[in-house]
Amino acid sequence: MASILGANPTLTSIPSYSFSQASHNNGATGNKEHAFYPYTDNGGSTLGITGNDFAIIAGDTRLTSGYSINTRYSPKVFRIGGDDETGEGAHIILSVVGFAADGTALKERLNAIVKMYKYQHGKKMSVKACAQRLATILYGKRFFPYYVTAILGGLDEDGKGALYSYDPVGSYEREQCRAAGAAASLIMPFLDNQVNFKNQYLPSTGEGHDLLARQAEPLPRHEVEQLVRDAFTSATERHIEVGDGLQMLVITQEGIEEAFFPLKRD
Amino acid sequence: MDALVATYSRPAFEDEGYSSDEHQELIQAKPSLSLNFALPPMRNPSAFLRALTDDHANPSCPIKLAHGTTTLAFRFQGGIIVATDSRASAGDWIASQTVKKVIEINNCLLGTMAGGAADCQYWLGYLGMQCRLHELRHKRRISVAAASKILSNLVYSYKGMGLSMGTMCAGVTPQEGPALYYIDSEGTRLAGNLFCVGSGQTFAYGVLDAEYHYNLSEEEALELGSRSILAATHRDAFSGGFINLYHVKEDGWVKHGFRDTNPIFWKTKLEKGEFSNVTANL
Repeated sequence: MASILGANPTLTSIPSYSFSQASHNNGATGNKEHAFYPYTDNGGSTLGITGNDFAIIAGDTRLTSGYSINTRYSPKVFRIGGDDETGEGAHIILSVVGFAADGTALKERLNAIVKMYKYQHGKKMSVKACAQRLATILYGKRFFPYYVTAILGGLDEDGKGALYSYDPVGSYEREQCRAAGAAASLIMPFLDNQVNFKNQYLPSTGEGHDLLARQAEPLPRHEVEQLVRDAFTSATERHIEVGDGLQMLVITQEGIEEAFFPLKRD
Repeated sequence: MDALVATYSRPAFEDEGYSSDEHQELIQAKPSLSLNFALPPMRNPSAFLRALTDDHANPSCPIKLAHGTTTLAFRFQGGIIVATDSRASAGDWIASQTVKKVIEINNCLLGTMAGGAADCQYWLGYLGMQCRLHELRHKRRISVAAASKILSNLVYSYKGMGLSMGTMCAGVTPQEGPALYYIDSEGTRLAGNLFCVGSGQTFAYGVLDAEYHYNLSEEEALELGSRSILAATHRDAFSGGFINLYHVKEDGWVKHGFRDTNPIFWKTKLEKGEFSNVTANL
């Protein structure tokens, strides 16, 4: 846990704000306890990008454990707050990647809460409120975490695309784009460059230190969709846990559209 | 006979589906105010959590949590300056470059975030709620001393469970004037003029201690806060991103920008001739 604060070897005298270095015996009985390991990494990757009046969340549909592919179609992106099991009438989308069982449990819990909110208050939960609620759900399992990285999407009060990304215990932030899961480290740098225009400079503005950075602006929907597809075809080429299919949910004022594109199945 | 059986046996599938507690939780859409944290079904939950999430003890741990890094705050004649970087890392991976490490507890209290990002976000949010309740109950704003003590008592009650936070509370109240407290998850709570917290703290202290004095002007103080964070982002790999600057005054805090370090670095180097260890020529 103390990765940042304690990782610098010259700074060992600094408190690590973390666990006390516990002894390794198993208490007074001396009984050997079998390791309790309730998690599996089911691989896969998800990705979300927002625009001016839409939010897209996509995920591949492969589910692995170790080197085995367990299924080629297991969706990771879900509709939250729908009226029935098809998700009709939903106004929020959620992606979960990591341990699939925890992901399903988290999705169902959030779905139940968003629905209860609607029945009790007679209005739909705002994305902002839902984002905060998801953080408290995740933090409620601070000492026995959901092994998932979640991304929540929807439209905010002004009708603008909203995207929130989470760590497993519920720290969250609103962002323009975020990749999560196995291929996050392959996709995220691509997104930094193509969505936020990081390390892009305007060529006519001068040389060396005079160059002006290109300012980020919200992208149109067709460009974002193409970026998502490119990100996943590329991740499929270079990551063993990514592939089979690409599921994409687009949320706009008109509702949620779903699209599916095949990816390489090897 | 049926009555007897019914009394002393339980339905076969009683444990399936939602328990009454879980059912209650679902009906109650709001999270309960009592803090019920789920624990793994075992004798030593904190050892379990450590094995899974403590990448200091176990670099290949499966759940990498986001961490915060260089933060500083100091008192001076014009109030309190609070400055932070914005990088969050999970192991070697830079999870985000745009983290807001200054948490606005209310319009005159700020908290800073170092250590576990979720721990700081959640508990400083909880502190904000407690401060508001105090305000409603006592018809006046909570003192910074009291607010920081709520937080320190709270984290102390979870000591050894694996919370990880090093935070500062800065605020100005009529009773105390500008007040600054450092609180960490070990249970420490200190009042002071100047603190730097996080892996980049030593680098920030280096610049801050050299130039700090209580009678700094507002402009000088803001520049010093920003320059100290810049020094830390330059030498500490776990610090970087943007410089987040705040000034806490008597009538509340003022935000002084969330600015990219890279242009600030080059401006500092080229215009002031600092960082002469770095070459500007290709």
